[in-house]
Amino acid sequence: MSFYFAQFLTGLSSASSLFLVACGLSLIFGVTRVVNFAHGSFYMLGAYVAYALVQFVPGSILGFWGSVLAAALIVALVGVVVEILILKRIYNAPELYQLVATFGVVLLMQDAILLIFGGDDQFGPRAPGLDSVVRVFGEPIPEYDLVLIALGPIVLGALWLLLNRTRWGILVRAATLDREMVASLGVNQSWLFTTVFFLGSFLAGLGGALQLPRVSINLLMDLSIIAEAFVVVVIGGMGSIPGAFIAALLIGELNAFGVLVLPQATIVLAFVVMAVVLVIRPYGLLGKAETLAHVAGQVELPIRPASTLAKSIAGLLLIGLVVMPFLAGEFAIVLATDVLIFALFAASLHFIMSNGGMVSFGHAAYFGLGAYGAAFVIKYAGGSMELALLAAPLMAAAGALIFGWFCVRLSGVYMAMLTLAAAQIVWSTAYQWQDLTGGDDGLLGIWPSEWAKSKTAYYYLALVLCGGGILAMRRMIFSPFGYTLRGGRDNPNRTESIGINLRQHQWAAFIIAGVFAGIAGGVYVFSKGSIFPDEAAIPRSVDALVMVLLGGVQTLSGPVVGAGVFRLLEDEISRLDYWRAILGVIIISIVVIAPEGIAGFIKKIAVKAGFERNEEQAS
Amino acid sequence: MAEIMLELNEINTFYGKAHILHDLSFKVAAGEVVALLGRNGAGKTTTMRTIMQLARPQSGTVQFEGNDITRWATHKVAQAGIGYVPEERRIFGDLTVMENLEVGRQPVRDGLPAWTVEHLFELFPNLAERRDNRGKQMSGGEQQMLTIARTLMGNPKLLLLDEPSEGIAPVIVEQMAQTLLEIKAKGLTVLLSEQNLHFARIVADRAIIIEGGGAVFDSTFEDLETHPEIRDQYLSV
Repeated sequence: MSFYFAQFLTGLSSASSLFLVACGLSLIFGVTRVVNFAHGSFYMLGAYVAYALVQFVPGSILGFWGSVLAAALIVALVGVVVEILILKRIYNAPELYQLVATFGVVLLMQDAILLIFGGDDQFGPRAPGLDSVVRVFGEPIPEYDLVLIALGPIVLGALWLLLNRTRWGILVRAATLDREMVASLGVNQSWLFTTVFFLGSFLAGLGGALQLPRVSINLLMDLSIIAEAFVVVVIGGMGSIPGAFIAALLIGELNAFGVLVLPQATIVLAFVVMAVVLVIRPYGLLGKAETLAHVAGQVELPIRPASTLAKSIAGLLLIGLVVMPFLAGEFAIVLATDVLIFALFAASLHFIMSNGGMVSFGHAAYFGLGAYGAAFVIKYAGGSMELALLAAPLMAAAGALIFGWFCVRLSGVYMAMLTLAAAQIVWSTAYQWQDLTGGDDGLLGIWPSEWAKSKTAYYYLALVLCGGGILAMRRMIFSPFGYTLRGGRDNPNRTESIGINLRQHQWAAFIIAGVFAGIAGGVYVFSKGSIFPDEAAIPRSVDALVMVLLGGVQTLSGPVVGAGVFRLLEDEISRLDYWRAILGVIIISIVVIAPEGIAGFIKKIAVKAGFERNEEQAS
Repeated sequence: MAEIMLELNEINTFYGKAHILHDLSFKVAAGEVVALLGRNGAGKTTTMRTIMQLARPQSGTVQFEGNDITRWATHKVAQAGIGYVPEERRIFGDLTVMENLEVGRQPVRDGLPAWTVEHLFELFPNLAERRDNRGKQMSGGEQQMLTIARTLMGNPKLLLLDEPSEGIAPVIVEQMAQTLLEIKAKGLTVLLSEQNLHFARIVADRAIIIEGGGAVFDSTFEDLETHPEIRDQYLSV
């Protein structure tokens, strides 16, 4: 019994840490509507800065607690800089742009910390005076854990007072409900947002700095905490601080006791709980339906069949792709195969996003499922490549069938978060189920059949499958099914009131996108010969989003162009040191400077030069 | 005519590709109560939103007390002394009455009545009783009073009222007309948009009719009465 009580206390202390991070994230989302991926990076930065202050400030003037507070303040200032330089420019942009931009910050921060602190794990000091254990019912509990347990409710109380008893808090709550009205009453929301970001980043930095005596600090802290913090925020209800507290307790205890029951599935468990909560309460435990931000609605341009010029360019491109292996070397052929795979992957994401208006933050799930499905056929069933390539879309479809059923019940950010959770379930299963997937070591030796062994032959196989997939989706976009999806995207109520079961259509679209992502994954695994859990991880999902964004969301050729540019770019810069930072800067610049993407940008020039119809004048 | 407080000059405003306001021009003098009349979709709300810079005009200028406020940030427009009461009321449903009023609070301006919570509770006695209730728990009429009170907390010189009588019980509309006359007596300038001609007549000195995003009539109500064909053409449903 006493052991369980000790385990309960451990759960409480990790719940407190989780709450510190999650409440900042929730606060920022509530007011600014930005899903801030960089919040995990602020947490990591807090830990590193506190470590540096404790370690290197001479005479330890600050002491442990002084260093923790100073670290949180420094992180808060970094947060303010990020807000002013990047986020201020994109508050009115769709969620996708904000997410991708904040992911650019994640990449940038990872390399900045790598540059300053190196890649090794660092171990912080114990907190002075709190370095021993106390016995609770005979079980040893670290004193520091007890301090953390107390800190959670203290921060909750302080935030409650701040939000309910100060003018600042009232303004923040009002801005959460109706930003435009707040501005109309003479409140400078720009300033309000910056202060909210300050506080949110401070809490993330504090959460990170407080980890110093508990765990080793490393460069993986950012994405592991952000996934968990998203879960807490979504379960609690986005924007609700008390909700985040309850959810943090739930997840903290779930982890503490889950380890005892299902040590292999701890990560999965949290995401399963999230999915269940969202189906029962679509806006989280204490959340409310998304309030309209009262931003002038973006008018989506109608998607039109390709013009003669665009068709001829596509034709030329196809001819170029067919003759390419005769002109280029092996390296270029391998790279081109890669581009084809990712073009299909990006196009499948684009299919649900631009047509269905469903933003998936976890599309890598289906890429990964397809890849693992193909690998299983080779590894465990002794099947052929042909059979494996058939299994890839089936496995992805099965995943999309299940996850999609949950996801299409939600919309907007909640849906995006659930797709992210789904991808994390796939990733953590692949990561933790060692016997089946080889865990972190991956599955190796998955090579194509004899006839497709040469790089050139495999390139043609990829061209047929990926090119065919892209064209098939294009056909669907111009079919009644595509029109229905776009109708649902533009006005769900009207679409349903003319007797269309929109949810069913969206579910079908979700599965179709999963199938094509699965094909891409299957083709991918044979081109590399191996598969690792990373293929289903957050960065892979963001890759797909970046490709779609690079190409331009509203352009059909966008994902193809985006995948090409992204892959070539990645190939160029990934040989450099600190390529993540470079990629991060590129991503941020694109979002801020050219939000219409490359294909959109070219189209604009084509319109100006008179080659294409101008949509603006057409009406 | 007294000093010009607000002047719209050949305003053109678009929503996406839809051209809503066409070369709209009119003036409001200090101390005046002007009614903006017109059918649904004539451009009344867009006019209000353009003055607040919530909708950005493509061309033309909005001048307030001699300053060109076109392209100012909305909160600057409000801080300059324009109080906006939007059509759908837009009270903060999760905030209490007192908290809603707090959001609207702005510093006192020279030469104008400073509104305090106590004054506003005299003007709107219902609100006093419900001070600790949340906005969403109130009736439509109470919400409308709260929106007006909230905007008055900013001590505006010019009050923009977008269809204050819409969706409110006739008894309350009468009460509201009385309240507006009291506000007017305190020296506030008011621009209100209305479809209810009867209500507009009680409170306003002058009528501007807009149709298709342009002003087609700008004169007194007496003048409007002598031209029933104008009323029939632009106002009857």
